[in-house]
Amino acid sequence: MDAAPASPREATEVRRADAVSVGETLGPVTIHIDRARLVQYAGASLDRNRIHWDERFAKGVGLPDVIAHGMFTMGAAATVVTDWAGDAGRVVDYGVRFTKPVVVSYDEGADLEVTGIVKAVDAETRRATVELTATAAGQKVLGRALAVVQLD
Amino acid sequence: MPVNSEFQGRSYPPTAPYGVSAAKIREFAEAVGATDPVHVDADLARSRGYADVIAPPTFAVLIAQRCDAQLVADPEAGIDYSRVVHGEQKFAHHRPLTAGDAVVGTLHVDTVREAGGNAMVTTRTELATVEGEALCTATSTIVIRGGE
Repeated sequence: MDAAPASPREATEVRRADAVSVGETLGPVTIHIDRARLVQYAGASLDRNRIHWDERFAKGVGLPDVIAHGMFTMGAAATVVTDWAGDAGRVVDYGVRFTKPVVVSYDEGADLEVTGIVKAVDAETRRATVELTATAAGQKVLGRALAVVQLD
Repeated sequence: MPVNSEFQGRSYPPTAPYGVSAAKIREFAEAVGATDPVHVDADLARSRGYADVIAPPTFAVLIAQRCDAQLVADPEAGIDYSRVVHGEQKFAHHRPLTAGDAVVGTLHVDTVREAGGNAMVTTRTELATVEGEALCTATSTIVIRGGE
């Protein structure tokens, strides 16, 4: 590969597979969510479903309050893996189940706590499988959350 | 069942190309709190071997949901959107979506099944560049809550 072009920031080192072991943990990282954040995500993702920003509408369809986009939670949780891997382009597979909604109240918002654990490392392909746990208000909001990352 | 079961196995024609822009990548990255400079700094992205800034791993949903809309908005499918809950989402990436990509999505309805009075529909969107390079397989399961 050619020498890296001059950049104001240094390229981050990508984590090496041979330096990773099964059982290694990531986080915990706490991500605060407020209504403004959900409006920002609605605009960025083009998912403008009112249940994610309109309290009256959300309650009208039987929800306790405004809830976060499942895809916001999935995207925010992914940053724990990409920051650990050292390059956001290294996620090969990423899948989750949405088990509980993240309820975002007007006054307190919500805190999403994300941790991860390395479940497998393949020395040959240099791929690691990380299982994520995401909780809000003491409840697991993602199930079977697995990310496979290509390490160096 | 709150969805037309005959839709299982159906595929839709490829969508019009979606142009991935550096501006939308930056906006999406900021919204999910993705702070890796590879999303905003093209020189740094090139130093890591990418053609330009790359999107966060879940950015593909933005294009995949446009594809899913073909099914959800299809009156023949009979889906009441106000009863739809996102149950499951998966991405298999061949390479990161990159600024400058023109992406077409092809929607497949893989399974339609009933569980406990609700319908569960699993769709698969194959994302590729207009040149035909495979980028990502996005698989989504939606739950359509049945009536009371």
